[in-house]
Amino acid sequence: MTARYAGAVVGSPGTLTESIRSSGRSTQLATDEVPRHRVRLIAIDRASDHVSLRPFSELPGLLRADDLVVVNDAATLPGSLRGETADGTSFELRLSGPIDGSRLTGVLLGEGDWHTRTEHRASPPRLDVGARVRIGTLEARVSTSRGRRVELDVTCGADSLWQALYATGVPVQYAHRDEQLALWSVQTSYASRPWAAEMPSAGRPLTWKVLLGLRRAGIEIATLTHAAGLSSTGDDALDRALPWPENYEIPERTTSAIARTRARGGRVIAIGTTVVRALEASGGEAGSGVARLRLDAGHALRIVDGLVSGLHVPGESHFELLGAFAPRDRLRRALALAAANGLSGHELGDAWLVV
Amino acid sequence: MTIASQLSINWGQGALITGASRGLGRALAEALAANGARVALVAREPGPLGDVVAAIRARGGIAHAIAGDISDPHAIHRIAGQAQGLVGEIGIAIHNASTLGPTPLRLLLDTECEDLAAVLETNLVGPFRLTKILLGAMVLRGSGVVVHVSSDAAIDPYPTWGAYGVSKAAQDHLARIFAAELSGTGVRVLSIDPGEMDTVMHAEAVPDADRATLSRPAEVAAKILEMISDGERAPSGARLVVPKWESAS
Repeated sequence: MTARYAGAVVGSPGTLTESIRSSGRSTQLATDEVPRHRVRLIAIDRASDHVSLRPFSELPGLLRADDLVVVNDAATLPGSLRGETADGTSFELRLSGPIDGSRLTGVLLGEGDWHTRTEHRASPPRLDVGARVRIGTLEARVSTSRGRRVELDVTCGADSLWQALYATGVPVQYAHRDEQLALWSVQTSYASRPWAAEMPSAGRPLTWKVLLGLRRAGIEIATLTHAAGLSSTGDDALDRALPWPENYEIPERTTSAIARTRARGGRVIAIGTTVVRALEASGGEAGSGVARLRLDAGHALRIVDGLVSGLHVPGESHFELLGAFAPRDRLRRALALAAANGLSGHELGDAWLVV
Repeated sequence: MTIASQLSINWGQGALITGASRGLGRALAEALAANGARVALVAREPGPLGDVVAAIRARGGIAHAIAGDISDPHAIHRIAGQAQGLVGEIGIAIHNASTLGPTPLRLLLDTECEDLAAVLETNLVGPFRLTKILLGAMVLRGSGVVVHVSSDAAIDPYPTWGAYGVSKAAQDHLARIFAAELSGTGVRVLSIDPGEMDTVMHAEAVPDADRATLSRPAEVAAKILEMISDGERAPSGARLVVPKWESAS
């Protein structure tokens, strides 16, 4: 491990192809979870052809003093809830967005839990508008029902709703991880309001050593809150439409910081695709909004200049989004470098920076 | 309360107070709510807490009840999540909940090791866990105040106050180190010794005290709000003593 950290591995197209050929590896990424202090970073230069491998903790040195880093400060909800219909049929409700007053918005899955891949899960019971269900100690009434997508109105007050949510809910997780995720393990070190259905995980390696290091290097840090939704529902048709519209809120101090950054010729670096989505949807305006746009290689970036995110392989929607930042062949080379060095593509794994 | 409201801090923000169902915690919650804060009140027992919340709401304040035990590691993220779900971003966090350990108080040589550990869990480790969750967001926003309610037992080695005194001394130092590490970020971490107050906790520790000599929690709370709003006289890392605090004229 230490040996890999010892020096930055710099790849040019020629040497990289060589090293991959000689090691016989493909661009298959490892899938292990990486402790947040040990994350590694593939740095991809948008302007040149360079890709390099660094410890994530060197992020401050990879940016410039004029740059602005924008993070998503949404905390992750305990969004997986067990419920029962009036006739005793059990289901799982996965919250897909923030709680709005007494309303829960989410997706239903049938019996079972995360150990079964979402697409193999039993169909959920059909819930019609007006049906009553029980979720932990909560009583709720179905107010909207579109297939698996439902909105439920809880009958108790806000204090009891939040108490019950945190007493019974657990983080949403997927079949590739056997053990139950703890609530603390899916929070960034600056998480605030619980808006996210899944962790805005690009911010996970931002330890306070790195964050204060950015500040010391003269790099500003600003926040926004973006309600990161589910990455999978188990229903093909629904999954093709992901990500769904997501709520965001951008404080004025963040839009001012963006304006300052622009004025001095600095770059806006998004930590995570949720930040890209919120900033590009906002057009740089402060306030609340709903991000409806879908980002891909065809998107011309208006606000964001760089991105830190988890590693993704071609075919995944995140990889397609990265196409807005760098040509696919450079991303493929970056992935090859990652694969050759055993980097992990797990959402709690390693990272890349495109700037 | 009226004095504090004349000072500069914007009180219309989210605040969290532990041990809020009685004594100083209740008085702080009432004072903050009276100044316009959205207050998340935390206590172990939902019953008495509900009464305090209802009383604040009856006076037009915004208050929410969170039942949770600060000494339970699994409860901390729940408490923080519920609080931020209910009142939004937290700009003021007050660690007021604490335990004396078994009463009547005992000499250190008579203190069970488990009792010392339990006191540290409630008075030191629990508040540390909670601060860790709330303080990061405050630093990125560039503002926020974390208050540890301390005691003169943190300074003076009173016989029989061992477990409690050790926990409070450690908590004071925790505040100072946070302050040193986060200097210049805009957040403040304070320790405040409220002095001797007429509370249930005081009666448990000193059953034969002359209650007439003890200050009222509401008066102490008003002074603590002044300290929270006065970044100049109460800078980050400061250890402040309520009976020695002069209200600004």
